[in-house]
Order: sequence, then C-alpha cells, then structure tokens
Amino acid sequence: MIKRRLLQSAVLAAVLIPIWVHAEAPLKKVVFIPQWVPQAQFAGYYFAAEQGIYRKHGLDVTILSGGPQRLPPLDLLREGKADFATLWLSTGIQARAQGLNLVNIGQVLPRSALMLVAKKARGIRSPRDINGKKVGLWAPIFQLQARAFFKKYDLKVSIIPQPYSVNLFLRDGVDVASAMWYNEYHTILAAGLNPEELTTFFFPEHGLNFPEDGLYVLEDRFKQDPEMCRSFVKASIEGWLGAFTHKEKTLDMVMKNLKREHIPANRVHQRWMLERMKDLILPSDKSDLSVQLLPTDYYRVATSLHSSGLIDLIPEFTAFYQDSSGHGTQ
Amino acid sequence: MARNRGIALRLSLWILAGITVILSVILTYNYFVSRRIILRNVEKDAENLTSSTVYRIDSVLRTIEKVPKNLAVFMEEFAYQGTDILAVIRTVVENNPEINGVTIAFEPHAYSTNTRTFAPYYFKQNGKMEFTYIPYDYFTSDWYQIARELHAPIWSEPYFDEAAGGIMMAAFSVPFYRWISGERVLAGIVTAVISLDWLTEIIASIKIARTGYGFLISKNGAIITHPDSRLVMNETIFTVAEDRGDQEMREVGRRMIRGESGFVRFTSLFTGKMCWMRYAPLPSNNWSLAVMFPQDEMMSDIADLHRTVLALSVAGFLMLLLMIVWISGSITRPLRALSRAATQIALGDLEARIPDVKTADEVGTLADSFKTMKSSLKQYISELKETTAAKERIESELKIAHDIQMGILPKRFPPFPNRTEFDILAKIEPAREVGGDLYDFFFMDDDHLCFVIGDVSGKGVPASLFMAVTKTMVKAKATKGLSPEKVLTQVNQDLSLDNESMMFVTLFLGILDTGTGEVEYCNAGHNPPLLLSPAGRVLILQPTGGIALGVAEEGVYPSRKVILQKGDSLFVYTDGVTEAMNKREELFSESRLIKELAEMKGKSLQEIVTGVMGKVGSFSAGVPQADDITLMVIRYHGKK
Repeated sequence: MIKRRLLQSAVLAAVLIPIWVHAEAPLKKVVFIPQWVPQAQFAGYYFAAEQGIYRKHGLDVTILSGGPQRLPPLDLLREGKADFATLWLSTGIQARAQGLNLVNIGQVLPRSALMLVAKKARGIRSPRDINGKKVGLWAPIFQLQARAFFKKYDLKVSIIPQPYSVNLFLRDGVDVASAMWYNEYHTILAAGLNPEELTTFFFPEHGLNFPEDGLYVLEDRFKQDPEMCRSFVKASIEGWLGAFTHKEKTLDMVMKNLKREHIPANRVHQRWMLERMKDLILPSDKSDLSVQLLPTDYYRVATSLHSSGLIDLIPEFTAFYQDSSGHGTQ
Repeated sequence: MARNRGIALRLSLWILAGITVILSVILTYNYFVSRRIILRNVEKDAENLTSSTVYRIDSVLRTIEKVPKNLAVFMEEFAYQGTDILAVIRTVVENNPEINGVTIAFEPHAYSTNTRTFAPYYFKQNGKMEFTYIPYDYFTSDWYQIARELHAPIWSEPYFDEAAGGIMMAAFSVPFYRWISGERVLAGIVTAVISLDWLTEIIASIKIARTGYGFLISKNGAIITHPDSRLVMNETIFTVAEDRGDQEMREVGRRMIRGESGFVRFTSLFTGKMCWMRYAPLPSNNWSLAVMFPQDEMMSDIADLHRTVLALSVAGFLMLLLMIVWISGSITRPLRALSRAATQIALGDLEARIPDVKTADEVGTLADSFKTMKSSLKQYISELKETTAAKERIESELKIAHDIQMGILPKRFPPFPNRTEFDILAKIEPAREVGGDLYDFFFMDDDHLCFVIGDVSGKGVPASLFMAVTKTMVKAKATKGLSPEKVLTQVNQDLSLDNESMMFVTLFLGILDTGTGEVEYCNAGHNPPLLLSPAGRVLILQPTGGIALGVAEEGVYPSRKVILQKGDSLFVYTDGVTEAMNKREELFSESRLIKELAEMKGKSLQEIVTGVMGKVGSFSAGVPQADDITLMVIRYHGKK
C-alpha cells in the first residue's frame, strides 16, 4: 500500500514538475462543458484538469457543470461561454446542419453505449418479441437507433416517453427501456435484477453503431487557434489514460464533484461507469487510444438523421471533422 | 529419570486426557445448546419486533393511502369546478397532519382543451400552507407516469425534496377516470406527498443490545433509513453487496424486494459485525424492514458464562493435576526404592536393604514379600551350594564307573587278528553314564568262540553292577566243553540265589565252532538275533524258550544249533535298537531293523554297525535316548 502511494507520488511529481518549469509561459484560458452531470462518463477530463495535464499542455481549463438543470452545451458554445463541449455525434451533426458551425476535433467514444433492455420474465428474448410492447424512449435525438432498430426488425411498438429514472421499467410500466450501458443498465442491476434475468439489445450488434461522446469547438475558434485545440485533445486523451490507470483516485474526484452538485452519489455505480468507459474508449484488444472519427460512422449517423427528418441536408465530413489527435493523415 | 516416572506420568496423562475430553464434550454441548436456546429466543423476539414495527408503519401508510383514494373516488363521482378542486385539496392537506401536500394532476388537455398541464398543488412548507400549479411537464415524472401506465395506485420510490429543505419524501398516486361516451378514460392522477421523517424516527427507535438496529429498503432496494446516513438514498443494498463482493447479501436483498420475510445471518452494513437479521415487507408498498441482532451481543451472556465455566474447569484441572502427581508419586516412590533393592539383589547383593513401607496397601505387601523373598533366597542359595557339591562328587564317581564298565567290555577290534575264519564287531551306546547292557566274546578253546549279549532290567548304577556280575559269571562258567545250556543254567542258578534286588538279565549266548560254522545257542528271554545271508536275506533265529536269568532258580535253558554258511552273519542286539522311539512315539521295531539290514547286503561289519546306529539315531532324532543300545555282528568266513 505504502509502496503504491510512493509510486503515485512519484508519478504525480513527474507530472507536476513540468508545470513549474513552464510556469513562465502564459496559460491559455479555456472553458469546457461536458454534456451531462459530472459523473465518471467524463472522468478523463476531470483527471486531466485536476492532475495538471491541461496546464502541462499550456491550457488553463475551467470545466462547467452540465446536466438537465443547467444550460445546454450548444447554447454555451453558441454564446461563446464555452470553448469546448462534448456532444453526441448525432447532436453535433444536427447542430451543424441547423447552422451552428461547430467542428468535431476528436471522437472520444467510437462505440455506442445506448441499448434497449427488457425483462425475460416479460417474455422478451429476441428483437421479434418486442413487437406490440411498450417501449420507453428518451428525447427524439436519442431515438434514432431505436427507430432504425424497429424498422430493421419490422416492429410495431407503443413508445412511452422515458424520464431519466428507470423506475417505470422496474415497476413494469414499460416492457422495454432505453439505457446507457454505463449508467441506467447498472441502475437496473443495482435494483436487484440479475443480468441473466435481462435481455439486452446493444445497437452496434445490430449494425447500428452511432458513436457518442465527441469533442466539439466552434469552427471560428478552431481556425483561430488550431494548436490550442490540438493541445486540448491531446491532454484529454492523456487524462483518460490516467483515469483508467488510477481508477480509485479518479473515483474520489468523481464522487467529490457529484457531492458538490448535490447529486446522489454512489461509488459502485461510478466504478461501473468508469470501467465501461474504458471498455468503450480503450477496449482491451486495443493498445492505442484513438479519437479518430471514421467517415463510415459519420455517414451512418448523418443519413439516419436525414431520413428521420431531423436534418435537411448532410454536412460535408471534411468540414465537420478536424482531426486534432495527431494520429490522422494531417 | 523419565522412565522411572513411568507410572506417575502415564497415570496423570491418561486421567487428565480423559477429564479433558469429558470437560470439552460437556462444555461444547452446553455452549451449543444454550446458543440454540438463545437463537430461538432471538428469532422469536425478532419476529415480534419486526411484525409490530411493520404494523406501526403500515397502519400509518394505510391511513395516508385512504386520502388520495377517497379523492380519486370524489373526482370520478362528482361534477366539479376548478375552484371546488382547489378547496378540496386545501381542506385535505389542512386536515391530515401526516400529509405534506396533495395534487390532482390531469392528463394533457383533460382539464380543459386549452391547458396542456393542470396540476394544482397545495403543500405545507415551514408550517405554512403554500399553493402552486406544478410548473413543469409532469407527465414523465415517476409519481405520475408509473400510476398512469400501470392503472393502479402506487407508492413512488422515496426521494429527497431539495426545495422542501432536504426532506425525504414519498408519493402515493392514484389514477382517476372519467366516462367519455361510455368509455372509462384516464383523467389524471391524485398524488399525496408525505414526509418520511416519522418513518425514520420509528426505525431509529429500534435499538437492540448495544449496536443492533433496524433499516428499511425500498422496492428497488434503495436504503431509506439506516444508522449510517452515508448509505441513505445513495446506495441500494445491491450496490453495497457489489462493493463488498458479497453475493449472499445480494440474494438476501432480492428476497427482501420480492416481499419475502425471513431470518438470516447477515453482515451488518454499519458495524461490519455478524448479525442475525429478520426481514419482513411492509404490506402496503412492499418496502422491506430489516432488524439486525448483533450475534456477539446476543451471545455475550452465554459467552461470559462459557468463559467462567472454562476458567473454573482449567483451575479444577490444574488442581487435579497436582493431586494426581502427588498421589501417584507417593505410590511409586516406595516402588522405585523396592525396584532399586531388587536390582541389587539380582546382582547378588543379598544384604541389600529392603526399604520399610509403613502403609498397609499393596505396596506394603509387596515390600513384605520382598523381605521374605530375600531371606528365602539366602537360604536356598546356601542349600544349593551344598547340593551342587554333592552332585559334582556323584558325577565324578559315575564318570569313573562308566570308564570302569566300558573297560570290562572288549573294545579292541579286530580282537583276534590272526583268526581269519570269522570277523566280529560290537558297539555299545549307553543311555546314561553307566548302563545295563553287556556283550562279550572269548575263545573257550581253539575252535570255540563264545559270544554273549545281554540286557539287565532297570538302568543306572544297580543295572551296571548286575551287568558286571553277570558278565563275570558268564565268563567264569563258560569253560571248555560246556554247552550254552549248561552255562546259562549255572549262571541262572547263581544269579537267582539271594537275588534280593529282584533284578534280572536277558541274555543270548552262542558258541561258534570256527571250523564248521555251527553255532549252538541259547536265548534267555533276549531279542532273537538275526541271520544275514550274503544275498541280503534276513532270518530270525529260532527261539529256544528260556526266560530271563535271575528270575527263577529252576529255569531251564534248552539250546539250539544253526550252521553259518560262509559269508553269513549273525546280528545280535539289545532292545535299545528296536524300542528306540521317535517324536511320534513310534518304535523303531524289529521289522524296520530287518528291512534296513536287508538293504545293507554286501556291506562290511563296520558299515553295518555304523549304518544301524545311524538309522536308529536319525529315527529317534530329538528324543533323548531312553535305553542302552548294543550291537554285535559276527560274520563267518570258514576255514581257508
């Protein structure tokens, strides 16, 4: 234990020393808004901020708190109150199509964590069994995959607007619920349902991988200082790697943030979330954390948005995506 | 030293081991039985406490449930105006102290076509009555949506109401309907909001021993009340189980939220102690109440008792140990002294002092026996010395007698080296130093060889003396020209005369005419000799009908004649040969002798004598020789 502490201190010192060395150079002040409450879904950014990784890359990052009670990230970007935001790819494309000139500078979550979940006790074991059932879905932008899924399997369902809680599902008010693998799915497990009692439908397994959290900045701001954007992406990647390596320390931070926001905080739940984020961002079969957005993924989401009538025209990929990770062809 | 302590040590060990086993069995049995009794009592107490608490809580919940249920009936049964509803809600909230607020929330456009949301809400805040129309889109709120989708009254999960100052609340929602063109259509939800402070108080008042407590979990397993406030509303019983990797806790939690009741062992979420936990559901909303009975505290009395009994046992045990060591020491101390004295006596020190033992027990008796033994031994040894001296003397005299006896028998072979007509060989094997067998041979004149073999009745010195007398007498009487008949008759008369010892002798006497091979013989009760032909034929010599010498003075001894052909042999012997016994008590027997001799055809005299002796020896191997054995063989060659 003591050894580990020492090691951590050593790592910390190694991280901190360069800050003092570069203390002379003025840090660029930037504001970052994650799209939801300060949970482990954004652990990498909190880690980068608290462990001085952003400062090491010449950035003085202020992280705003997101969530349903706060201003939407799109508004903050539009009004210039935030420089960077995380958004779902679908949200990002929709915003650009609707005239907000933002660019994706890094697709952090390459794989969709959105899923449908049902109780086997309600007779649901395969997509066909969903036909004629009550399905809880979130806001329209989160319904894209589900609707494509229903279309693919030719299902007629009755859609019930789903709130943030899963209580309606737990009390059998709906047969099928929407869930994020790293969040609501664990809430269901934490209410006493066992995994083997549940049927899960992960959209990527049904050809419907819609990448989720990505990093966005207004195009003007990007052009103004692309170097700064690249630093932000690089530091964020470093932050994520750090968060995955130092899980308990990261969880301490997350718990502190949640308590500050008076959000019911549960360490086991946050640990699950952090571990699933690692599965999504840096699966064990990959050695490298890549934040590259693939054109196929982009067009899959954009086409779906278009055919759902959520956008009128599809923005150009090259205009939308600005590779800033240093891994791309640039 | 350790070996000297043998009995004391073994006695102590065995007794104490036995006592240890008995004590541990009693203690263990006692412990487990009293444990079971306590456990049974705890279980009963737990059941009583849990069901009474459940009853207290549930009766309040039921009272509360009635309010929105009645309101729902009112909404369905009566026509109403907007202001009526507000007045009713206000009255209800005012008159029900346990209710914090009530709303009647309508379905979209159900109140009037131009209002999407309509949900008047009266609630108490800081003791004052407040009013608002619920400002947000409440259709997806749990309190509204779940009752709506299930078409059933429902208790919500508890929640923290930040606006009301962080009070834990729960809502009870009842759907109400309206008849539209003959169809019963959902019109909205009546919801009563209650503070759960009273619930927390009831459960906090559960105190068992020092650290026992109660806690409540919701339908989802959320911890609603718990002495550890960090768990309340942050954790479910399942997240705690996950954090601890406790699969059993998860299973218990699943049984709790399924509305089951039970009595299980459960690790306290608060103290980490092992507890007995009784859990039972609240019938109205299926929340589950659990009451924790800390195992060690429930068992502390019996543990104390057990410790005391254990301490007493150990003390008693030690006392017993000292007593046994002392007693066994007092028994073995004189025994050790006796043992030392015995060792000295065994080494020949008959003057060794036997320790005085005053006790009248077995050890005292043993010491007395030792003293008696010592004096007896002393006396015995002195007697033994004298006896041994006498025996040694007799033995040396017997040795001399043996030498003398053997000395009177002819032992030089061949005895007549210049006589080629015949060969003679004899051998005697006395059973003791001196014996009663005899043999002899001598020329009565140039052509007549007299040969004799005899066996005196009895053994030892008397027999040997009688044998010497007989031999001397035969030699004295067998003078030239006398027939065997005459010789034996005279010898018999002399031996019978004054024969007070009533001894007798069997005797065979033969006279060989070395010129013709004719043998005139007379047998006085002796084993008949055997005639061996060179071809291997064995004949028993005809008997003559005389009885043993020395029995009757008037005994007559007729003689017979037999002609030896050239190469014929005459085998004479005493009954020591035929009556030699083997281990199975079978006799060597005449027939076996005849068979053996037949197989020895063509052998020399030496070979025959040694052969017969060897056969008899090997036949009676392992059996002490009972009688003297004497053999004599004469082989006739005839004149050259």
